[in-house]
Amino acid sequence: MDAQHLETGQVIDGFTLEQPLDPGGMASFWRVSRPGTDLPMVMKIPLMRQGEDPITIVGFEVEQMILARLAGPHVPRFVAAGDFERPYIVMELVAGRSVRTLLDKTPLAADEVASIGAKIAFALHDLHRQHVIHLDLKPSNVILRDDGEAVLIDFGLSRHEQLPDLVAEEFDDPVGTGPYIAPEQVLRERGDSRSDIFALGVILYFLATGERPFGEPQRAAEWRRRLWRDPYPPRRWNEKVPPWLQEIILRCLAVDPAERYATAAQLAFDLQHPDQVPLTARATRRERDGPVAVALRWLRAPKTATLRRHDVSTLLARAPIIMVAIDLAPHAEGLRDALTIAVRRVLATEPGARLACVNVLKTSRIGLDPVVDAQGRNPHLQRLVELRHWARALPAATERITYQVLESVDTASALVDYARNNRIDHIVMGARGSSPLRRLLGSVSAKVVAEAPCTVTVVRTRWGPAEAEPG
Amino acid sequence: MTDLHGNREALAACLDHAAQNGIDRYVFLGDYAGYGADPGWVIDTVMDHVARGAIAILGNHDAAVLTDTEDMNESAAAAIAWTRTQLDARQRAFLAELPLLIEEKDRLYVHGSAFEPDQWHYVTDLYAASKSLMATPAHATFCGHTHVPALFHMSMTGKFASFEPVARVDIPLTPQRRWLAVIGSVGQPRDRDPAACYAVLDDERYVLTYVRVPYDIESAARKIAAAGLPISLAARLFEGY
Repeated sequence: MDAQHLETGQVIDGFTLEQPLDPGGMASFWRVSRPGTDLPMVMKIPLMRQGEDPITIVGFEVEQMILARLAGPHVPRFVAAGDFERPYIVMELVAGRSVRTLLDKTPLAADEVASIGAKIAFALHDLHRQHVIHLDLKPSNVILRDDGEAVLIDFGLSRHEQLPDLVAEEFDDPVGTGPYIAPEQVLRERGDSRSDIFALGVILYFLATGERPFGEPQRAAEWRRRLWRDPYPPRRWNEKVPPWLQEIILRCLAVDPAERYATAAQLAFDLQHPDQVPLTARATRRERDGPVAVALRWLRAPKTATLRRHDVSTLLARAPIIMVAIDLAPHAEGLRDALTIAVRRVLATEPGARLACVNVLKTSRIGLDPVVDAQGRNPHLQRLVELRHWARALPAATERITYQVLESVDTASALVDYARNNRIDHIVMGARGSSPLRRLLGSVSAKVVAEAPCTVTVVRTRWGPAEAEPG
Repeated sequence: MTDLHGNREALAACLDHAAQNGIDRYVFLGDYAGYGADPGWVIDTVMDHVARGAIAILGNHDAAVLTDTEDMNESAAAAIAWTRTQLDARQRAFLAELPLLIEEKDRLYVHGSAFEPDQWHYVTDLYAASKSLMATPAHATFCGHTHVPALFHMSMTGKFASFEPVARVDIPLTPQRRWLAVIGSVGQPRDRDPAACYAVLDDERYVLTYVRVPYDIESAARKIAAAGLPISLAARLFEGY
């Protein structure tokens, strides 16, 4: 099939070519239709000349392989692929705008950068959960759906950790896009999901400042520079970049993947809770490192990738976000102690975990709740103080613990929504003792267990024989 | 399924598993006899499947039962000598009729390697795989013989690479390159996983899936000991090596 000689109305394997779309660098795109299919679809046809351009051929093969395996709202739905004689991929035509269109409007306000960043991070997390690392994340490969969700496209350089890595096997040089490629990718390491977090850091930097942190190096030899030369802090270009955003961006851009966020979900968590981001010295600096530090990094920069067996699913499993729902009622003291023990156990086995301590402040349906209680205190603030007090007994470093008081008429729904919106991996919560009324109305923990999108551990204080059999 | 090696418990478990997964057709890549205590039952079962349309290929142990054991190590040769006493004329005749390879559509089935199949080369590395891949125009070759699952492939630009397949993961055998799938052993796995191994090809979506099936190793091992076969043949089943 010759991509240069396609016409509107032509039918390929049951798909009618309706309208040519903007061509990409290595493929042409057509909007297509098929009787009986309502989904808006696009056909991607590689622009290849036999025997030439192996990156186009292999990239297309990789995309065919990987896209067919992916599911969920953050990737275009795979519809069909052609065979050897007629290579093509038909997929969902995603309605929305490319993040590239935002680049003309940079610098964007910090809250907008954070909101877009969190959406892309959620899409990345969903991809990583499916064992795939994108490895060519850049503004033109992210579409924001009209409903706001981010969709990742173009998996030609991607890696599925359970499938053969055709890209690595075909090329001896690093592959990627100059401004966005992570330092370890420059060393030909293709197995680390945190490479995508680096690329997202570059996107955030660009959106927040209008500048590219590493310029636009074209030649692979120039890509190595980012192994030792740190970028200017974003605040140098745009002083409106708040310290928390600079902290997040520079953490994404760390040379050593271990110093970045362990997972995209953890990055999204910080982007969604700016007031809880622990700040370090880099949050406010305006200058790059001095020549001595850079020279030392240059001397120590590895020439080749260290042979590490990274396993995306292990990386994700080791760095979960754990939510503890804490009942602050005075009579629940025993339960809070039991909760402390349970959370300690979880943190002992998962040292990379982040902990979100959550309490729900029940509001009345009428919405006439006083801003202060009878003693003139703000109940919201008082509860935050109590949450911090409870967490004192935990071994985790404070920068890994966040505190949140949610206000809702329905405690269980508030907890479930929070878990969903923050991609919580594990909820730990207490269950109060049994009582006839509780059994009749249904307990909060039972509802959370039934509706939560993740693992839930329900903690109880041991019941005595008298309590176990009431009445 | 390949390298069944007289292991009734392993084969029965794999066939049960396959039946539950709606398999339409079976291909056996050889080595029905040798090592295990139930060569007769295993051969009868394969014959039964062949009568219903299955493909069966000759393996080196099957050939040795019919001819000689000069290239074999001591315990393998001992098992072959014992196996000869266990098979009847009908079972021998079945083995004698088996082909060295079969080509069907764009696929090739062989026990060892598509390169000099009667020499029983082992496809254990990229070099051996490249020789097999160069010896056939088939899009996909399926073989056994090494008892270690592996997947080799060759790109349009002539680059060879290998891959360690992960069980239960669908691997698309893309049309752009040629593939050589070494299927692990049903009856005597040697990749440190004692579970029986076989693979499923979905020829519509063209995806290959390696499968591991745990089976009753204790019974298979006890029978090997009871038959007076070398005890190492029983012990290695537990190790998967």
